[in-house]
Order: sequence, then C-alpha cells, then structure tokens
Amino acid sequence: MDKFLTFSGVAVPLRRSNVDTDQIIPAVYLKRITKTGFDDALFASWRNDPEFILNQEPYQHGEVLVAGPDFGTGSSREHAVWALRDYGFKAVLSAKFADIFRGNAGKQGLVTGEISDEDTEKLWAAIEANPGVKIEIDLINKVATLGDLSVSFAIDEYTRWRLIEGLDDIGLTLRDEAAITAFEAKRPAWMPKTIPARH
Amino acid sequence: MTNQPLTLAEKVWNDHLVAKGENGAPDLLFIDLHLIHEVTSPQAFDGLRLAGRSVRRPDLTIATEDHNTPTIDIDKPIADPTSRTQIEALRHNAKEFGIRIHSLGDIEQGIVHVVGPQLGLTMPGITVVCGDSHTSTHGAFGALAMGIGTSEVEHVLATQTLPLTPFKTMAINVEGTLRTGVTAKDIILAVIAKIGTGGGQGYVLEYRGSAIRALSMEARMTICNMSIEAGARAGMVAPDEITFEYLKGRAHAPEGVDWESAVEYWQTLPTDDGATFDAEVFLDANTLDPFVTWGTNPGQGVSLNDVVPEPSSFADPNETAAAQRALEYMDLVPGTKMKDIKVDTVFLGSCTNSRIEDLRAAAAILEGKKKSDHVRMLVVPGSARVRLQAEQEGLDQIFKDFGAEWRFAGCSMCLGMNPDQLAPGERAASTSNRNFEGRQGKGARTHLVSPLVAAATAIRGTLSAPADLEEN
Repeated sequence: MDKFLTFSGVAVPLRRSNVDTDQIIPAVYLKRITKTGFDDALFASWRNDPEFILNQEPYQHGEVLVAGPDFGTGSSREHAVWALRDYGFKAVLSAKFADIFRGNAGKQGLVTGEISDEDTEKLWAAIEANPGVKIEIDLINKVATLGDLSVSFAIDEYTRWRLIEGLDDIGLTLRDEAAITAFEAKRPAWMPKTIPARH
Repeated sequence: MTNQPLTLAEKVWNDHLVAKGENGAPDLLFIDLHLIHEVTSPQAFDGLRLAGRSVRRPDLTIATEDHNTPTIDIDKPIADPTSRTQIEALRHNAKEFGIRIHSLGDIEQGIVHVVGPQLGLTMPGITVVCGDSHTSTHGAFGALAMGIGTSEVEHVLATQTLPLTPFKTMAINVEGTLRTGVTAKDIILAVIAKIGTGGGQGYVLEYRGSAIRALSMEARMTICNMSIEAGARAGMVAPDEITFEYLKGRAHAPEGVDWESAVEYWQTLPTDDGATFDAEVFLDANTLDPFVTWGTNPGQGVSLNDVVPEPSSFADPNETAAAQRALEYMDLVPGTKMKDIKVDTVFLGSCTNSRIEDLRAAAAILEGKKKSDHVRMLVVPGSARVRLQAEQEGLDQIFKDFGAEWRFAGCSMCLGMNPDQLAPGERAASTSNRNFEGRQGKGARTHLVSPLVAAATAIRGTLSAPADLEEN
C-alpha cells in the first residue's frame, strides 16, 4: 500500500445523511470477481440523475468527499471502498461513519476523517461558494484545509499510523504467528470444526 | 484472573485474545468459525494467491452459495453469466484451498447465516466472522459474530485471526410479554427506530430481559440479525437452556463428555451481576405493536397502527431532510394510515426471516385463504434443509394453494442479485432487513415487516396485521 501523508484534491459536497453502501454501489455490481474497475459503479443509481453532484462540472473530478452523517451504513461490501477509490476519491469526511465501512476504507488507503456537524456545514458552504476548490488532507496533523478554513478531523491512531507507513495488515499479524500457534494449542477439543463434514 | 464482573461480550473477547495490542494497536483475536459465500470472497482468494499464502485453518472454514443463486430451475446452468462466473470462482477457490463447500443442489446449501446454526457449527462463546454484515445473526447463541470486508476475509483466511479495537457495550432491555401477533421482528424494528441507524455504532449490543428470554432461538436470530441496521458491530443474547436445547444433537454439536464440558463452559458466559454497560436502552414488550417501515432506512419505522410521519416532526434537521427524501422515493404522503398502503409484492425470506418457524407462522395464517388478486407472493426458504422440512410438514402446499410461489433457497429478493427483483416503482412488504433505495430492484419500494404482517398483507393487499383479518 502507498504511504499517505498529505493529499490535495477537488472537494465534493454530498448533502445527504445515511448514505448506505447500496447507494455507494448497488448490488448488481458486486458480481465481478476483480478488485479494480469499479469506477462506473460508484453511486450508479444516483448518477442516472443529471442533477446529481458527480454529474456536475467540476465535481466530476472529485477526490475528497464531504458527506452527511452515518456514511457507509448497511452491507459489509468492500466494493463500496473500491468504487470510491477507483473513481478517484482519496478521502471522505463525515460526522459519523459506519464501523465496517470505516474498517474497509482503512485497509484500502481511503482516509475516513470524522468531523463535527458544524464543520461539515462550513465545508459544504465553502465548497459551494467556490466549486472546484481543493481540500488538503494532512494525515500527519489530522487537519483538512480549504483556503482559510481549517478543520481538524479524527481517525483512529492505529489506522492513521498504518496509512502513513503504508503497511499491510496480514504482514503485521504474521509477526505474532507464534502467539497464534500457542493459542491454537490450548483450544478445547469440542470447539466447532467444519472438516470432516457431519450430517 | 480478575473478579471484576464482566459482560457476555467482554468474556468472549477475553477468551479469544491472541495478543493484546500495545500503544493504541488493536487486540489480535482468534476466529473460531469463518463462513464464506461467493460475493465477498473471490478478491480475498486472489490476494492469497498473489502473496503465495495458504488458508491457515480450512477446518474452521465453510462455504456456501447464496447471494447470486437462482431460486427456480436450479438444475439448469445459471443463466446470468456474471452470477455463474462468481459461483464458479467460489467452487474453484474452495477446491484449490481445501475448503468445504455446499453448492446449489446440495441439502446443506442455503443462506450462510441459516446454514451455520442449522449444522450446529454456531455455538455459544465462539467468534464468528463472514464477509457479510448480517453475520450478527449468530450472536443469538452468545457468540461474538461480526460482518467483515473482503480485506478482512483475506486476513482471516491467512491467519485465522483479526486485529480488532475493543467495542463499547450496550444493553437492550426488553421486559414484558409480547401480545399476540407481535414478534421478534417487531422488537428489533422498534429498537432501531428508537436508537437510529447509527445508534449502535461502536457497540456490541446485548439483548436482555424477560421478553428476550422467552424467545426461541430462531426468533433471537431474527433480532441479532438486524443489529447491524442499528450500526452495531454485533448483537448477542446470553446462552441458556433454550440455546442448549436447540444445539443438542445437531450435526456438529459436541457429543458425550464433550457436550458436558461445553455446557459447563457456556454456563459461565452470561453477563455477571454487577457488570456495567456503557449504554442502556429500555423497551416495553407489553405495549409493542407490529412494526413496519415507511422510509428508506430501517430506522424509519412506526407502529402498523400509526400513520406516515410528517418530516417536520423530526427535531434533527438531517432526519427531516432524510424523511422528505424518503417519502418522495417511497411515493407516500404524510398522514396516510400505514394500513392504507397497497403493496404489489410480498416477500417471505432472507437471513432475517426464512427459517422453519417463520414459514410455519406465515402458513398458519395463509391456510385456507386466498391471495389478494393484485399481489404476487414469493416464499424463499433460507436453506435447502428448511425447504425440505417445510415440504415434509406440508407447508409448501399451503403456500401454493394460497397462490404464492414456492422457491429454492437463497438470499433472493432481499437484495436482488439473482433474477428475483421488483420492477421500478413496485412496492413490497418484505420480511428482509433493508429498505434502502433500489435494494430490491431499481426504483423499488420496500416496507420491512414480520412474517405475520407479510402473510396478512398478502391476503388483504394492503399492509395488515393478522388481527385485521378477523374484522372482515
């Protein structure tokens, strides 16, 4: 995974709360077996509407999404993160993220910064006053900057460290392999086993 | 050992700790059971191949086909080429990595969250994960069960562990006795309406109280299933005699001396007296009505006896805006009686409500009745085994005589990844778990209901409770 330190990109104000993962990527796009190429699927249903924000210039080139609270609720589909990433988004700012979505984003290098409702409103107003304006996401200092406006965002420290270092989770865990083996050795015999199959 | 009183969730967490996280790093937890299906796994297996890794514990892993599978003509090749590719990828991956798989046509095939408990693989006190948010279902046994993303699926395949940050705990206390016609589905819809779709975020919920203790295992599964719709990472019910009774004799349940040891351990799991929760919610079961949703998220629900709410009645401006948008999408006018809403389709199925008790409850209402002319009804059992059992009990004949379509097992119209979809603008009463825009088909409108309300609605053609049938 690439290291994430700071990034500056076109901001998109998505004035909606409860953006669930079925809206981020409808289920019909989940049939693919690849991990890339989901850019066409992002907000596929909403994008049929010419008025939708991502159909407007200059938001078509969006890279930082500023959304209402409860972003990413619903299904565990990591495809939602892949679709945002493939479209070009590097970060999402919202007052509240669904847990699974936030976890998935952290694995794929998509920054999820938690901001206050008040700062969400300020950012929306600032972006709409100056469409095409870029937001700088500074992961080192946990600050999003848009012109004169600076808002701090929260992100869990471990994810932040991993993103800054560009580290792979499985590799990190395998450093504890001896502990895993030791744990396995003391599990009771009656714990469930799928093999051999019993009917 | 410490004598500090602990909650059920904390006990299961502590008993699975492989390595304690230091300096803000998450804890590493062992995973006892990993369930796999075709939609969220192909990219995980690809990741293993790319890194030259194997599956650490195939004996703790099991796969089934559910999201994409057709519910008619299952003996023929899958018509949709992309669905077929995904199913074939799962079969290929299971073979290559030595994982047990139950494919379409197999008696153990079905919705992954119906299959695990049915086989006796889901047990109290274990950790369960699956690349599916409704993994919370398994918490009904007192297991810590979480939905995960594809990167985490790959992580569990490779290491049989997951790095997890500790959760907060929330007690959902439901005291009293449910009235006739009110079910577990109504409890959970009422809970979500009360705390909101983000209310459980960061929490593991524990459902407690006399109303929960009185529920069957299948009803407890319905409740835990929808914990994710309140934003929670997991939902749990402490194991008790009802749990043990359900498990005993199942294919993979412990036997003999092992059974005795297991029960002895399971009895230590319930939350200790004096343990504290980070948050508590109270719900009165005595006064609960059948609950239905009017909007486009599962928190937008009301009593079936109520009316479509006025968006301005919500204090939070975000909720007002969301309600306005939802009513526009749902084509509903504030003040309309919920019972005056006419539906086109009734769907009885999904990991929320497709087990044998759900089918029995609906069949008991439909027996000897005729379907409303304008309604289409789909009955999709949760697994091939549930389907077989229903047929042995003659339930299939009741559904067919009523005019419903009796289908093969799978996720089906809950998310419409197979051909079972609603047409644009169509309205459904659905026993599933999500009423999101477009969930059951592009432009489709969903009202979440219990199996009893689904059945009564199929008879009357408008959202109805069984009690409404007697008034005719």
